[in-house]
Amino acid sequence: MSGRKPYTRSMSGWWKRDPFFTAYMVREATSFIVAAYAIVLLVGLVRLGQGKEAYDGFMQALQSPISVVFHLVTLAVFVYHTWSWFQIMPKTMPMIFISGKRLEGATITRTGVAVAVVVTIVFLAFVMGVTR
Amino acid sequence: MKRANDPIFWLPFGAGGVLAALFGPALVLITGFAAPFAIGLGPDALGYDNMMAFAHNAIGKLFLFAIVVFFLWHAALRIYHTLHDFGVHVGTVLKLIIFGGSLVATVIAVWTLLAIGF
Amino acid sequence: MSASEIKTIEIEVLRYRPEQDTEPFWQSFQVPFSHDTSVLEGLQSIKDDLDATLSYRWSCRMAVCGSCGMMISGKPKLACSTFLRDFYPNKVQVGPLEHFPIERDLVVSAEGFISKLEKITPYIVPKEPRTIEQGEYIQTPLQLKQFLQYSGCINCMLCYAACPQFGMNPKFIGPGLMALVHRYNVDSRDGAREQRMELVDEEDVGVWSCTAVGYCSEVCPKKVDPANAVNQNKVNSALNYFGRFLKPQGGQK
Ligand code: SF4
Ligand code: FES
Repeated sequence: MSGRKPYTRSMSGWWKRDPFFTAYMVREATSFIVAAYAIVLLVGLVRLGQGKEAYDGFMQALQSPISVVFHLVTLAVFVYHTWSWFQIMPKTMPMIFISGKRLEGATITRTGVAVAVVVTIVFLAFVMGVTR
Repeated sequence: MKRANDPIFWLPFGAGGVLAALFGPALVLITGFAAPFAIGLGPDALGYDNMMAFAHNAIGKLFLFAIVVFFLWHAALRIYHTLHDFGVHVGTVLKLIIFGGSLVATVIAVWTLLAIGF
Repeated sequence: MSASEIKTIEIEVLRYRPEQDTEPFWQSFQVPFSHDTSVLEGLQSIKDDLDATLSYRWSCRMAVCGSCGMMISGKPKLACSTFLRDFYPNKVQVGPLEHFPIERDLVVSAEGFISKLEKITPYIVPKEPRTIEQGEYIQTPLQLKQFLQYSGCINCMLCYAACPQFGMNPKFIGPGLMALVHRYNVDSRDGAREQRMELVDEEDVGVWSCTAVGYCSEVCPKKVDPANAVNQNKVNSALNYFGRFLKPQGGQK
């Protein structure tokens, strides 16, 4: 077998090779925004613990243009997250059989998105109700 | 064989993913727009008194903890994977920054919530 | 076009001849085709009429043997069930499967795949031995459905060409073989789950190399859904991970 000389191709820039990979990378990269939002919430929590003045300052900062832009981006990211989370969900779940028939992936995705929509509405209504 | 330790990071990743999928959009609407600009909410909806009352409540405490901490750990694992996928060699230092940072943030969150009291 | 009309299409093939080339290069051919000419037949007419040195793998010509997996205009596909008419009037680019070392032209090295296949115990190890007199192993339709889908794999390796994690880490067992692991693990007759789970749990080898890209399931010609098999086993592996602290003997196995 001395004539063999296998050629190994480079993986550099692999995510540009297929639109599917690019979409995957976008999904993964949104995590930077999720982390940033979590840190904003953490700052708010810490400010809350520091007393009224500190917390009011935090709420003030949320009105700044930078904050609005940030939250617009974050909103888009979370909506995309919700959609992509339930998109991949059928692939991450055990098989479910209902009276001998397998529950289809599209059904799982649709159910998940529907639940998320309901939770969003109920949650918003709840916050509106209790803070009235 | 060397057993992978990934389950430790994967569980909070999954929890954060579910929470973000269900509550993420609504939370951003509230904290980013509705509360600061009093759209559909009173001007003091997320004001100091309301939030203090919420943070004193056991369920409120748990919710704040879960949102902040699991969002962070969810993001941490993906950031780790993203760097790896971009061909960055994620060595000990970067790992320490990503997961150590998440751990520090977790401690701060827990500490604050405990300090606020019950 | 009528079924028998002959047209000409450009096929670009990634060539690599180990005895003379230091790296692969694209070579273009003008190939006659009709409505029912597959990419594989296109390659065969190149080999017959234009350049006899072209190398590629094939056998069944009917999407059963899994030999003819290639990158066809950038997508992992079976050459025998992909048709030139779908690309015309554009050219078709045909390359060897991504993420595998190129042996020669469109032939990739499957050694890594085969050596992993040998490791996963790809057969049923009876849970309870039965004699002929005791009769067959009884299985309910539901027990059958647990694994039937995963047993449809033809080892074509298209899913490996769709898996960047395998591309970056060749040690990863990968989608197709993980589907096979799962196929046997969930078979009610099988008793070798534990030894297969050792591989599933292993660092760099098992399921944890997967980041749920999900493309493997899209390209699979047999609807095996390997991504589902891999991710179901993340749950199993996590249960193993935390469960071992609850077992009476405890400790690492
Ligand atoms: S799982 Fe599908 S794509 Fe992968 S080797 Fe098997 S048949 Fe081919
Ligand atoms: S030649 Fe057998 S699968 Fe294509």
